[in-house]
Order: sequence, then C-alpha cells, then structure tokens
Amino acid sequence: MSALAELVGRYNYVITIFLMMAGLYIVVARGNLVKKLIGLSIFQTSVYLLYIEPGKIVGGTAPIIDPAFTVYSNPLPHVLILTAIVVGVATLALGLALVVRINEAYGTTEEDEILGKDREA
Amino acid sequence: MSAVWPHLPVLQVLIPLFGALLAGLLRRPTPAYVLATAVSWVAPLIAGALLWQVVQTGPISYHIGGWAPPWGIEYRIDVLNALVLVLVTAVGAVIMPFARLSVAFEVGEGREAWFYCMYLLCLTGLLGITVTGDAFNAFVFLEISSLSSYVLIALGHDRRALLSSFQYLIMGTIGATFYVIGIGLLYLVTGTLNMADLAARLGPAWAEHSRAIVAALAFVTVGISLKLGLFPLHVWLPNAYAYAPSWVTAFLAGTATKVAIYLLVRFYFSIFGIAIDLRLLPIADVIIVLSLAAMLIASLVAVFEANLKRLLAYSSVAQIGYITLGIGLANQAALTGALVHVVNHALMKAALFLAAGAIFYRAHTTELKELAGIGRRMPLTIAAFTIAGLGLVGTPGTSGFISKWYLMVGALGAGQWIPAFVIVASSLIALIYVGRVLEIVWMREPSAQMAAVGDPPLSMLLPLVVLSLATIYLGIDTEWTAGIASMASTILLGGLR
Repeated sequence: MSALAELVGRYNYVITIFLMMAGLYIVVARGNLVKKLIGLSIFQTSVYLLYIEPGKIVGGTAPIIDPAFTVYSNPLPHVLILTAIVVGVATLALGLALVVRINEAYGTTEEDEILGKDREA
Repeated sequence: MSAVWPHLPVLQVLIPLFGALLAGLLRRPTPAYVLATAVSWVAPLIAGALLWQVVQTGPISYHIGGWAPPWGIEYRIDVLNALVLVLVTAVGAVIMPFARLSVAFEVGEGREAWFYCMYLLCLTGLLGITVTGDAFNAFVFLEISSLSSYVLIALGHDRRALLSSFQYLIMGTIGATFYVIGIGLLYLVTGTLNMADLAARLGPAWAEHSRAIVAALAFVTVGISLKLGLFPLHVWLPNAYAYAPSWVTAFLAGTATKVAIYLLVRFYFSIFGIAIDLRLLPIADVIIVLSLAAMLIASLVAVFEANLKRLLAYSSVAQIGYITLGIGLANQAALTGALVHVVNHALMKAALFLAAGAIFYRAHTTELKELAGIGRRMPLTIAAFTIAGLGLVGTPGTSGFISKWYLMVGALGAGQWIPAFVIVASSLIALIYVGRVLEIVWMREPSAQMAAVGDPPLSMLLPLVVLSLATIYLGIDTEWTAGIASMASTILLGGLR
C-alpha cells in the first residue's frame, strides 16, 4: 500500500518516466523515419518536465524581487529548459529536413526499404 | 594586447562563432574559405597562449559577463583542457589548406560557404565544451557541435550520407538527452550546475541521495559514451565517417570524439571522483570490459572491411577503446597513456583520413579492390599513409608506440594481465589490417584506369605530410605530449578520493 501511495505522491515523476520510455520505445521500435523523430521529440520533452517540476513551489509566486513576496518558484530550471527547447526545435527541424532529402533520394521514408535499396545498388 | 589577454578564454569560443555567422553571410566560396582559414589559424594561437599561461601560473577562471560562479557561467581552464584546446585547434589549422579543393570537389557548387559556416559552428561547439566549467553550458555546446556535424556529414556526395547523418542525429540526440537527464538529477540533488561546485556538494549529498547520484553517473556515462563511440554504442560511427565528405571525416575523427573523451574524463576525475569513491561502484570494470571488447572486435571487423574509409572508422572505434581503457585503469601511467593517445590518435587518424580524401580526389573511389597499386601512382600520399598507419599499429619510433607503452606500463602496474595481453593482441590485429591495405596499394600491379592518377596538389599534400611527420616527431620527442599529459593526470588523480 505504501508503494502505491509513494507512486501517487510522486505522480509527476511517473508521468515523466512514462513519456521518457514511450519516446525511446518509438525511436527503437518504429521503422518510419518521421515516426522515429516524433518519438525522439517526446523523449526530449519528458526531460523538460523532469527539470521544471521541482522548480515549482506550492503557493509560490513568479520570481519577482519585491518585499511583498518571499516564496517564489525557482527560475533557473525554466531558463535552462528554454535553452533545451530551442535545441529540441533545432534538432527536430534538422531531422525533418534530412527526412525530406532522404525521401527525395530514395523515394521512401521507411528504414528497411531504404536499406534494401542500398543493398541492391 | 594587455586588454585582450584576460579575455582569451571567451575569445577562443567567440571568434569561431562570429566567423561562422560571417561565413554564412558571405555566401561566396572563396571569401568564406579565407575567413574560415583565418579563424582556424588564430584559434591555435589563443589556445597556445592559454596553455602557456596555465602551465606557468595555474588554472584560469573566467567569469562570463562578470557574474561570479557558481551563479554565473564560469570558463575554467587547467592543463587538461588547455591541452585539448591546443589539439583541436591545431588539427583544424593544419588540415585547413586541404579543405579548399577537396570540399569544392565533394560538396559541390553553391554549398561551400554554408559548409565553412557549419565547420566554424562545429569548431565553436567543440571549443566551448572544452573551456566551459558549467555542466549545462557544456550540453548547449555539445548540441551546437553535434547539430553542425550532422549537417557536415549529410553534405557527403553519396546518398547514403543522408541516412548515416540521420542515424547519427538519432543516436547523438539520445546521447545528449541522457547527458541532460544526468545533469538534471545532479541539479536536483545539489542545486548547482558549476562543475567545481558540483564536486564540492556531491560528497555531502552522497549519504542521503546516493541512488540519485548513481543514476546521474550512469546517465552521464551512457550519454557521453554514445558521443565518443564507446563499444557497443559506436554503431553510428562507421557509416558517418565513411560517407561524410573526406575532409569532414578527418576533422571529426581528430576532434569530436576526442572532446567527448575529455568531457568523460572531466566528469570522472574532476566531479564524481572528487566527491565519492568511484571504486565502490563497478564503473571502472564496465569501462575496461567494453574497452577491451572494442579493441578486439572493432579491430577484427576492420580486417574484413572492403572500403578504406570504413576500415579506418572501425580502427577508430578500436583506438578509442585504448583511450577508455586508460581512463578505466585510472593510474598515473595508464591515464597519461590515455591522454597521450588522445593527441597521438587524433593526429594519426586525421592524416589517414586526409590520405583517403586525397585518394578519393584523384581516383574517385576508396574501395580497396580498386586501389591496387595506387602507391606507385601517388607515392607521396601513400608514403604519408604508411607512416601514419605504422603509428596506428604502434611501431617503435612512432607516436602510437609511446601511448601504448604508457598504457602497457599502467596495465601491468595495476596487475591487470588481461588488458596488457589485449593491448598486444589488438596491435597485432592492427598490423594485419594496416598491412592488408599496404599490400594492396604498394605490391599489386596498378589497374589501367589508374594510369592517369597522380599525387594531389601541394595544398592537399602539405597537411598530410605535416601530420605524418608529427607521428614520427611525437614518437621521438615526447616532452610536449607525455610531459603535459602526465602533468594533467597527476592533477586529476591527485584530487581523487
């Protein structure tokens, strides 16, 4: 019972880990290059959650310097993840651009068909 | 000069960064090439000045924007990363003359300026990882260098370059994300991202959060190992190296994996090793076993490779195994050997891949069966290849011998007979695959279609000759490599708990 209570009490981590594993599974299990990128994106996004969740303090305000507010959320994880989101967008964009080029060169975005065409050539 | 001097650490990164922007804006090949060359030649001067300063007066701490660490981002330079800076910038500077013709031939019209833009961005990222003292900042630079190297690889002339770049993108992003997960866990436990601060705070946190710290160590290890191509996480490497433009392969083989190795050393010896006793965890055993597997299996695969560039790529995986073996053994001689091999292997491999690039430029192929007797047509190129190849085997008189000697002393000093045996065995296998190439290119009769092939122009030949002479020079005079590397490993091991 206590294990279940622990899981419910930390449900945010459960969600993070589920997204992480789901994303990684899609990358490994799917042969379509676009689907692989979707999985990769979910995997990266789960890490954003991992960083941002602990930064939130219940009842805290936005981090503004003012004598009226003493409890506020930690701004650093948000800033870090802003950078990580930019990296994620760049990776996704580059990945999709590569898929477009692969589609032009091979006429398919299925990994096994691409490898088959290379073996024939 | 005195105004610039204190800002050298940040200029090391900023000059290539703004060079990249300018190269992209210039759009035309020749101005972009001249700019990239100028930046590549200034960079080693800065790195050399930093190394000199560090050896004379000790570590440099540079505070970005004047914000004191641990709140601001700190650039921290000691002997270890100054050595890596010199290596990376020197490889870039020496191989730059080779780029002009090779890139024009392989990358094609209209894309050259973007090529140099991406190269400078990649250089920015690699130098950034090396100078920074902030764990998250290292991730950002890691991604800058990775994203630009995916583009560089995709510019290869073969369509298979696109798929290998995509596979590298998937693996590389998983690696970088694992690294960020590790850093995130460390941040949760300690509330800091500064490397020195992490080292100080992890020890006290160990009693309460040991499980999170072990998880962080595992994530960081796997993440960086993907980047440096540690067996069995190397699967992206052979294709990426084989189908990338030749010059890019030479650059990445000499720099990218080496910088990832530096990051691993930094995490083990300057962060985790200081805070906790790593001997309590089986981490060194795992690294040693994987290194030995890399040295044997990747070398054996190289023996049966039909393509010269893929053969050299598998040999890289094996040679990285030597380096990680030294890291895993972690005694003075072994760690010195690992760091010396970082430098020596970078120079040898750059020479070998440049030779492959020169062959491709003249003969339009790197398939071994078509290269029969090419040594008689391109004697200087193949002579340089031969010297660097002997370095790879570890022949006495070449730099490869020095690093393997230190590793051997380290393995025997630790009482580890199996690694010592594998070092010898792997060198013998290297003799087979290098010997096989040499037999094909020197002994066989040249085919008719190779009749008109000759040595490449001087601009391509010169970097090749310089790098292969360095293989011999660093095998005789070891003051610069082994001297500085042993200084660095004394500092690294001295801090260990």
